[in-house]
Amino acid sequence: MVTRNIGLRSGTDGLAVLLYTTLVIFGWMNIFASVFENSMAEAYFNDFNASQGLTVTQFVQMIGYSLSDFSLSSTRQLIWIGASLLIIIVIMNLDYRSYEMFAYLFYGGIILSLLIVMVFAREINGARSWIEVAGFRLQPSEFAKFATALALARYMTMPQFKSKQLMPRLIAGLIVVIPAGLIILQHDVGSALVFGAFALVLYRENALPTWILLGGFLALALFIIPLSLQREEDMVYYLYVPILSITLFIILFMRDKSPSKVGAILLIGLAICLYTWSVRSIFDNFLEPHQKNRILILVDPDIDEKGLKERYNLNQSLIAIGSGGFWGKGYLEGTQTELGYVPEQSTDFIFCTVGEEHGWKGSLFIIALFMALFYRLIVMAERQKDKFARIYGYAVASVIFVHFAINIGMAIGLFPVIGIPLPFISYGGSSLWGFTILLFIFIKLDANRDRQMERH
Amino acid sequence: MSAMLENRKWTVLGIFFLTGLVFLVKLFIIQVVNEDYKLRAEDNSIKRRVIYPHRGTILDRKGRVLVVNAPVYDIMITPSQVDLKDTLGFCQLVGISPEEFAKKLAEVKHYRNKKVPFIKQISKVEYARIQDRLITYRGFSVDSRTVRLYPHTSLAHALGYIAEISPESLEGDTSGYYQLGDYVGKSGLEAAYEKELRGIKGAEYFWEDAHGNRKGKYKGGAFDSTKVDGQRLISTIDLELQQYGELLMKNKKGAIVAIEPSTGEVLAMISAPSYDPNILTGGDFPKNYNKLLRDDHKPLFNRTIQAKYPPGSTFKTVQALIAMQEHVVNDQTVFPCNKALVKCHWHPTTDLQRSIQHSCNPYYYQVFRRIVHQNVISQKDSITTVARDGDHRAGYSTWRDYITTFNLGRKTGIDLANELGGLIPDLNFFDTRYGKDNWKYSNIYSLSIGQGEIGVLPVQLANVAAIIANRGYYFTPHLVKAIGNRQAPKPEYLVKHHTKIDPKHFELIIQGMRGAYLSGTVSYTAIIQGLEVCGKTGTAQNPHGEDHSVFIAFAPMENPKIAMAVYVENAGFGGTWAAPIAALMIEKYLKGEISRKDTEAMVLQKEFIEEKTPVAVPLEELERLYRKEKPKKDTIDKPKNILAIGH
Repeated sequence: MVTRNIGLRSGTDGLAVLLYTTLVIFGWMNIFASVFENSMAEAYFNDFNASQGLTVTQFVQMIGYSLSDFSLSSTRQLIWIGASLLIIIVIMNLDYRSYEMFAYLFYGGIILSLLIVMVFAREINGARSWIEVAGFRLQPSEFAKFATALALARYMTMPQFKSKQLMPRLIAGLIVVIPAGLIILQHDVGSALVFGAFALVLYRENALPTWILLGGFLALALFIIPLSLQREEDMVYYLYVPILSITLFIILFMRDKSPSKVGAILLIGLAICLYTWSVRSIFDNFLEPHQKNRILILVDPDIDEKGLKERYNLNQSLIAIGSGGFWGKGYLEGTQTELGYVPEQSTDFIFCTVGEEHGWKGSLFIIALFMALFYRLIVMAERQKDKFARIYGYAVASVIFVHFAINIGMAIGLFPVIGIPLPFISYGGSSLWGFTILLFIFIKLDANRDRQMERH
Repeated sequence: MSAMLENRKWTVLGIFFLTGLVFLVKLFIIQVVNEDYKLRAEDNSIKRRVIYPHRGTILDRKGRVLVVNAPVYDIMITPSQVDLKDTLGFCQLVGISPEEFAKKLAEVKHYRNKKVPFIKQISKVEYARIQDRLITYRGFSVDSRTVRLYPHTSLAHALGYIAEISPESLEGDTSGYYQLGDYVGKSGLEAAYEKELRGIKGAEYFWEDAHGNRKGKYKGGAFDSTKVDGQRLISTIDLELQQYGELLMKNKKGAIVAIEPSTGEVLAMISAPSYDPNILTGGDFPKNYNKLLRDDHKPLFNRTIQAKYPPGSTFKTVQALIAMQEHVVNDQTVFPCNKALVKCHWHPTTDLQRSIQHSCNPYYYQVFRRIVHQNVISQKDSITTVARDGDHRAGYSTWRDYITTFNLGRKTGIDLANELGGLIPDLNFFDTRYGKDNWKYSNIYSLSIGQGEIGVLPVQLANVAAIIANRGYYFTPHLVKAIGNRQAPKPEYLVKHHTKIDPKHFELIIQGMRGAYLSGTVSYTAIIQGLEVCGKTGTAQNPHGEDHSVFIAFAPMENPKIAMAVYVENAGFGGTWAAPIAALMIEKYLKGEISRKDTEAMVLQKEFIEEKTPVAVPLEELERLYRKEKPKKDTIDKPKNILAIGH
């Protein structure tokens, strides 16, 4: 009866729901850990011994006590989780066709709210991306992802959309770029970068050729290398010579040595050289100092530690995760997180708590959960008869993936520090709701896949 | 077409899984392979606070305080918390210029959350003035510590001083007890009893959060240790006698060491010029220390245990004792005062006892000659015969063995740091100087009257006086009679050391010394009614200027209570200045008051500090000494076989 009420029916993918539930619960536990301090426990329990930690009974009582304190992130997150349940019920009970039908409406609404935010928002952490509604702060950019995914899927499902034509491709691109651009204007570059995830969707639907995808990755890799080289002549040895050698090598072994093809390859080789040559000046002229620092600390580990806040933060993050060892220090036992050494530890750096308290096995657990989710989402997407549902499914997987990759990547020093949440885990109502909506619309579409019309 | 596109899911999944794999590998490296992060996490959050013990105090033999601890205050800074809106106001409050402030701030900035000293050692008065307003400045606080305080400003040299441990000493500290910034005894008792005085530091481990706040004890305090305060020392010094000696030596250079013969306890130890030990505590230490170091009269130089003077004629007492023990003279032996051998002054012809009383130089030329040549006297049928000259090398060696039992020619083993040894040359010394078998008595006769290649420390000479007073034995001089709750000095100071001289020989020498005091070489100004002083004057040749005035003495004659040596640099005859000073000291100690006010006034008025007088030890050696390096070798002034005038 209950399952009927919240709209879960026989077609609902139980594994996806289970993965979602596990991530949210595990996430909440880590948020609790990041706000927990021994002094809190000392205040509640006379016989509390910091070296032994909480007993199970005390832990349950502790949660009970902390629920009365609305200033705690963990308490508020519990409310956001409760609200998510309501959102899920609503999503599952709406007609599955309504998402496609109202896709542009959602999209338009989000674009509008992004514009409103730009005008009215207060600045928080340098970004004007928050809007206050009845005492709650909402971040429309978190909701822009599902709306963009719906709009993109809707557009690409239209009969007139020809994936091989330039104009439809540009329009598809524009659907993604408009919200991303607005978010950049809010000074929230990190959230905007996530929209790059849609490249994977376009790629799957053949609206993005393979070479652009590869070229994109190449450009990213080649952006880092020139920055890590200290001297001018190193550019020659490590970039120009290898790039031109490879170019010549390709030409040498090409079967069709027509002048136009040889010329094209040569031109590409030179273009790559030119690109690497210009990286330094792009870097110097177009990035803000804090953005530059975030990149520099990755390529140059010797960079002065004392002076840079960015370096300090990354170090603290690495120390937290690295000190967890294989088994972890134990739940609520992480010194780096309990004592506040890690910055933004319940939001952007929540992975530090996982790494410190649960060790490598905790890292493995959370990464495995995400991998399982990604795999499940792709399997689900591919089983859709309806193109709209499939495109939307890919969008869901790609967006969650990019968040996952950037968030954990920055915490372990593989990616510049970009403040975006780890889906389902990080503290934050907007983020949790945004991802919940994103995921459950797809679960709803999937649940009704047998009723979908075939549209390929 | 569609099937081919479906294959693109593998590319997408490939990207997903590859990313996951890369993350897991990187995480394995930082979490499992690399141990460094674990240590750094502990560095971050587990903080150790050292609890400093109180350094032990030092009292005099009657319980009067010589050294105590006084509180001083350091202004501390936690750079990350500093949020100065009113820099100028702050600078005015603590009394530094804004430039100085900026410079200091730049120096400590990288400590971030660590609390470090910002301005060291402000006084209690200063602290009281600024404490209320200081707390309004975020990131600043005050830590209190203690410094040494010397209420009587006396005994600077023997007490020594403490200072921050040098990087070299820190490196040499194998116990691992000291940390940079710790204070350690550098000289005197402070250094000799460093272990007893310093106590044991305690430690406390606690969690500290990112903002520098304490968050409870680490492991419930399992690793904490409590401090143990340093032990109190009771000194053998008699403060009144010490202060009186310092008063007498004002405006003079030299040294006084007074010993209680029956115990070896040092009653007074004066090295002049001295300084107020309080200037070597507190923040002005470097400035004041350098000033003292540069002073021509070397006030930092502890003459009592570091200045090697010739003993002059006081040495005749030892020579006479050895000669009697070796049977080369006896109480009947008479030598004419043959001024052709050594210069002398006018006095009647003397036997052994009178030779002490009148300090006859030619007499000791003969005495020492007989010792070196082993001219043993034998008496047969009231005919006295003297043995023929023996091997002078063997004779000299025998003599040196005797000398060594008087604790001369080496470090005495007194409980003070940086003691130097005296110099009594061995055969090697002369072999090196003159060539083996290329020297004979005529090269070394100056030693007979305590001149030439001989150096003794005032403390050694005082010990010689104590040996004579004891009729043949001594306890190693020491300045501490009780450590902590133990009512005893270190065990080595309870060992009785005997000379190789038969006690029976001492009476004659003592009679001679009594005679010298009453009607001999001692000036009438030194003769005090009712004092049974026995003494021997000396005039130590000084190649750099006026001779040094020397006197050894003890009193009373039976059951002596005090034995001493006095050196007054550049003061000439021993009987004229050193003797009256010794007499006044003895009267002060035995009677508690001074009867010869005229003598006291004479001494107090006299000045023997001349500008630019070279001192016994060159500046380089002094500086080496204070840098705690070992002098390369014992050096002494080039010998001059000048004919000595010994009184």
